[in-house]
Amino acid sequence: MADLALKQTPTEAMIGSLALPVGGWSDTARKDALARLQGMGLPQRRDEYWKYTRPDTLIQPEPVSAALRGSDDVALFDQIDRIKIVFVDGVYDADASDDLAQEGITIDRLADMPTDLHWARDLYGTLEKNGQTPVARPLAALNTAFAPDGMLIRVTGKPSKPVNFIYRRRTEIADAMLHHCIKLDAGAEMTLLENGPVAARFNGVLEVEVGDQAAFHHVRAQGRDHEQRAATHIFTRLGTESAFKSFTLTANGMMTRNECVIELTGDDAAAHVAGACVGDGADFHHDDTVFVTHDAVNCESRQVFKKVLRNGATGVFQGKILVKEGAQKTDGYQISQSLLLDGDSQFLAKPELEIYADDVACSHGSTSGAIDEDALFYLQSRGVPAAKATDLLTLAFLAEAVAEVEDETLRDEMTGRLTSWLERHAG
Amino acid sequence: MLSIKGLKVKLEDEDKQILKGVDLEVEAGKVHAIMGPNGSGKSTLSYVLSGKDGYEVTGGSASLEGIDLLDMEPEERAAAGLFLAFQYPVEIPGVGNMTFLRTAVNAQRKARGEEEMSAAEFLKVVRARAKELKIDAAMLKRPVNVGFSGGEKKRNEILQMAMLEPKMCILDETDSGLDVDAMKLVADGVNALRSEGRGFLVITHYQRLLDHIQPDVVHIMADGRIIKTGGPELAIEVENNGYAGILAEVA
Repeated sequence: MADLALKQTPTEAMIGSLALPVGGWSDTARKDALARLQGMGLPQRRDEYWKYTRPDTLIQPEPVSAALRGSDDVALFDQIDRIKIVFVDGVYDADASDDLAQEGITIDRLADMPTDLHWARDLYGTLEKNGQTPVARPLAALNTAFAPDGMLIRVTGKPSKPVNFIYRRRTEIADAMLHHCIKLDAGAEMTLLENGPVAARFNGVLEVEVGDQAAFHHVRAQGRDHEQRAATHIFTRLGTESAFKSFTLTANGMMTRNECVIELTGDDAAAHVAGACVGDGADFHHDDTVFVTHDAVNCESRQVFKKVLRNGATGVFQGKILVKEGAQKTDGYQISQSLLLDGDSQFLAKPELEIYADDVACSHGSTSGAIDEDALFYLQSRGVPAAKATDLLTLAFLAEAVAEVEDETLRDEMTGRLTSWLERHAG
Repeated sequence: MLSIKGLKVKLEDEDKQILKGVDLEVEAGKVHAIMGPNGSGKSTLSYVLSGKDGYEVTGGSASLEGIDLLDMEPEERAAAGLFLAFQYPVEIPGVGNMTFLRTAVNAQRKARGEEEMSAAEFLKVVRARAKELKIDAAMLKRPVNVGFSGGEKKRNEILQMAMLEPKMCILDETDSGLDVDAMKLVADGVNALRSEGRGFLVITHYQRLLDHIQPDVVHIMADGRIIKTGGPELAIEVENNGYAGILAEVA
């Protein structure tokens, strides 16, 4: 870390602009995280892990501004019976939210610092800390230290409804930092939905401990307001025969960095992470960074990322599968693909495999391509106008990623959201 | 119906003249066949008429019912009533056959200022037409042409033709890659669509397709021109003697 001296000034500037929430059981974890952050410094352009994505606007202490777009979107997930938990400018809004008391699940607010949450004390910052090696993720440590709000969810059974974090924006200039912890006990199941623009600049961390035979499903829709910026981290650890399935749709947002750090620690577990992204314009930048560690026998991991980029938009994918010694019978799969609708857009991909076991099957692939001219002509020759035909082919390209969403209703919602984005951004 | 006058076409990227002055009139209600050896320009003619990129028209004209085709986008030509059954139908992963058909039908209707077909009405019609072509429900649900056999792809072309009800149908080597039974099925589909108001241009290497789709007029094409025109007997002459005799005769 020869650069640490260089990083010290911006890191201290950022720390100085924030207040450490005081009190309660999270104190130790927050102070640890602050020390971690000071030890590694905020990301800089020279960092290998930030080679394709400029962290500048994510680390500047001054808040950024993003115009509020009229909410003419049809609200997502409205047709689904769910537990709504609403945040406005990154602050939990109890009045707009549903009753948190539900069967099979306990939900607490981080900001309330409930006193007897031993499980949360054990989890808060723990998976984030584990995820700091071998690659530093300073923005996540910043979040653990300073996040003032978020939800602490313990799943003991199989709640009948999904939990839906709904993020609303009211203020043009606002930073938001949220830290959610979810612990699924053995055999528990839950679905988490997330949607809404959160803030002009958002730093989000989600730590998910998936117990033995437990299953966690996650569907997230990001974007809406063009100028917004987000750095999000998901840290998850999977127990024996458990499942983690996460899908993210991103439409708009000039700077998005989504990191997902997965640790398979129990045998026979499965982790799937997928993303579909549509970006328009030279100031659109979207980065998916995934790190999957196989540290148990007979686990499966799957990464499916698709990006549609046009008018000079940039997409980034950094995906790694690390198979530790002894993690035999690992089945790892990774695909990242981009559809570049013009010559100005670009896709930068860095797939990596690092394998220390000898009985594994790992495959990865990455492609960039344009619209298939033959398919386009075929559609046009049947009377479908070029723009509509391009939309159809674009949706078809994204379909493989959207197909990772198992629930049909949720899948249709994602397809619908992509369709309406394409209609709004016609031409 | 279809009127082609002195049509000259070269490749856009290469200095290679493919069509060297094609004259052809297809009347409504008639089936014209174009036969010719490989490389004579038959498929190019079908692509140029339907608007595929990569070709440059250097002379002549082509119109459908008096409307200039060559200035229009492919989708406008389709809405005007032109249909090309592809020699190699394109596979489109991720787009359902049904979605594709309905999008196409409604896009054409919209372009013509007609009312779009409702989902229920469309489903009823497509099922009936598909049944006639022995296309099952699974094939309708699958992505367009993906994993279809050669015969299934060609039947799917005819189904599209039946749904779009074009005025002028061009069939580009629809018999290629088909066994006798599949060819008969496709020919029956085409014959069912023959009507007084509709013209057909059937492009083929072999006479056997013309046993099933009886043409009114047969043209022989060679080296970018139509070199001989006659009745169905011309196709039989080709079958018996090959193209050599006709080529020698014209030269």
